Amino acid sequence: MKRNLLSLAVAATCAFAGAAQAQISDGIVKIGVLNDMSGPYADIGGQGSVVAAKMAVEDYIKASKSTLKVEIISADHQNKPDVGSNVARQWFDADKVDMITDVPTSSVGLAIAQIANQWYDVDHVDMIVDVPNSGVALAISQITKDKNKVFVGSGPASSDLTGPKCSPNTVHWTYDTWMLANGTGKAIVKTGGDSWFFLTADYAFGHALERDTEAVVLKNGGKVVGKVRTPFPTQDFSSFLLQAQASKAKIIGLANAGADTTNSIKQAFEFGITKGGQNLAGLLVFLPDVHSLGLDKAQGLLLTETFYWDLNEQTRAWSKRFAAANGGKYPSMDHAGVYSGVLHYLKAVDAGKTDDGTKTVAKMKELPTDDILFGKGSVRADGRKLHPAYLFEVKKPSESKGPYDYYNVRSTIPANEAFRPLAESDCPLVAKK
Amino acid sequence: MEIFGIPSQALFGQLLIGLINGSFYALLSLGLAVIFGLLNIINFSHGAQYMLGAFVAYLSLNKFGINYWVSLIVTPLLVGATGVLIEKTMLKRLYKLDHLYGLLLTFGLALIIQGVFRNEFGSSGMPYPAPDVFQGVFNLGFMFLPKYRAWVIGVSLVVCLGTWFVIERTKLGAYLRAATENPSLVQAFGINVPRMVTLTYGFGVALAALAGVMAAPIYQVSPMMGADIIIVVFAVVVVGGMGSIMGAILTGFGLGLVEGLTKVFYPEASNTVIFVIMTIVLLLKPAGLFGTQK
Repeated sequence: MKRNLLSLAVAATCAFAGAAQAQISDGIVKIGVLNDMSGPYADIGGQGSVVAAKMAVEDYIKASKSTLKVEIISADHQNKPDVGSNVARQWFDADKVDMITDVPTSSVGLAIAQIANQWYDVDHVDMIVDVPNSGVALAISQITKDKNKVFVGSGPASSDLTGPKCSPNTVHWTYDTWMLANGTGKAIVKTGGDSWFFLTADYAFGHALERDTEAVVLKNGGKVVGKVRTPFPTQDFSSFLLQAQASKAKIIGLANAGADTTNSIKQAFEFGITKGGQNLAGLLVFLPDVHSLGLDKAQGLLLTETFYWDLNEQTRAWSKRFAAANGGKYPSMDHAGVYSGVLHYLKAVDAGKTDDGTKTVAKMKELPTDDILFGKGSVRADGRKLHPAYLFEVKKPSESKGPYDYYNVRSTIPANEAFRPLAESDCPLVAKK
Repeated sequence: MEIFGIPSQALFGQLLIGLINGSFYALLSLGLAVIFGLLNIINFSHGAQYMLGAFVAYLSLNKFGINYWVSLIVTPLLVGATGVLIEKTMLKRLYKLDHLYGLLLTFGLALIIQGVFRNEFGSSGMPYPAPDVFQGVFNLGFMFLPKYRAWVIGVSLVVCLGTWFVIERTKLGAYLRAATENPSLVQAFGINVPRMVTLTYGFGVALAALAGVMAAPIYQVSPMMGADIIIVVFAVVVVGGMGSIMGAILTGFGLGLVEGLTKVFYPEASNTVIFVIMTIVLLLKPAGLFGTQK
């Protein structure tokens, strides 16, 4: 259990202080980073998300001369309900939060739901950011709505967050399963990979990713010859890989994440599956995963992300700052999303002069987004943040200049094509209109 | 030919895979059984020591250029030495107390070791290449068997049967077993029992480290690799009968096979099937399949 209290007391140099803070509950905007600090997703989110949130607050205050007092707290649910409850109990006696971000792993759903409740009730948190792991994220989204706070999901993947489970208090920031399926799936089917076998992590996220990808494959004229649901987490994928091999599918789609993905790629290489003519499609692969696999095993892998440190001058500069504060580790798109999401949230709080949940999210949707990592974008009525996505191909070892120099950009998918069109959304917020 | 709707060739492949996983279960549960049988310590840091084995191999390759073969010998010795240190300074004080104290101590150690490594290396894990001789696959007709995995089965069988032989069939083993039954009597014959116990713990830990080195080329070398597998291994030991060496070996391979078959017929249950079996065995035979009620 970690409890990282860091008070970014802002030098109140501004004369408008009193007026601006009048509408902020207890005078402080509290942001809770809730994620996996120690388990399989710790490198994707983890402490790095706290670093990113801190950078966002610093940069925002510096650039806008805002007088907001912002505090960031963070918690590790360790994917264990008992630990989660302990964190909650401890926070019971202490703090107040406005927004929550990050959060990975379904099994913890209940415990996290409890934490979130207490964050909102006792600790007066205003916003939650990050939250990888879709199961948890769906629970958080519901509580956030009940408590009228803000949930900016950078980590979770399920497109249900802006679909049937959309909420006036939730913004889904970085990526989602629809975008991943569309980016990677479409590109592969178009280049001849028209028969698929899925290795699917057996929980909400895996199911959503498989469903969305299957739809894309079918729509583009491909077919799905088989699928297997693997328990989460699994260490040894060889049995499942043999089933995939026996299916003779051209493409083995990995609808999983984190250590599941790296182990399955590594073992597919070991069993000579890629040499046998079948190709792997990593449906959710983060930069730290590629780093951990090594280029000899990961080379040629196609994947879709919305952020990569080496996109342009600004992303490079930011990522170097981030790495310096994060023990030399470069940012994942989850980290970038936390930064960007917190930035926009603070902008909306200042513009609306309130930290009220629905009002702030409405403001976030009204204001255009603009930051150095994702460029110009917007937040749609269903809570979907829109920005371009990139189809990357992992470099050959000979092309790479060193650690973290891993991707070539294959194509850029513009913001209006990267995410599910509003017309196809079954979000009740949109349907009502 | 088909068996239950699965082509028999595919089924052979799956059985072989199950056997490979079983060899890891056997290697790890063997160490646990030795330590429990002879020291009465429930060694919860076994998973962390397995992880240490993999990390020592990884670090010695990347920092000092020490190859796999040397690692295979040196790593168990190094990690075994840390085991000796732990026994000398900590575990030794707990023999007179309830089992629970040993369990808590080793569990605490595991959390500390894993925490330190996670802090240092992150959670995604590091790659460790298999030695060049083992690159590539054997074509068995019904499946491609990676050469390295064939090697794993071989080593595991040799180590498991060797350990069983030493403990059950040699004079040294007889001393060890006698020392567990009645330490003071054995000591009266002029045998240094405390040293023997220390070395036994070191040996058990070295077995875990050996399994770690063997696993490094197959799985990612990651701080949590031991935490993931240790619970299953405990189930294996419980099913086999706490402290029974042969029980641990046979159950390790057997449950590997059962798990492999589950992955074909009902994949969703593959990580629970071992616990289901454990429950049934405990209900019918509380001392485990090969255990004796003390």
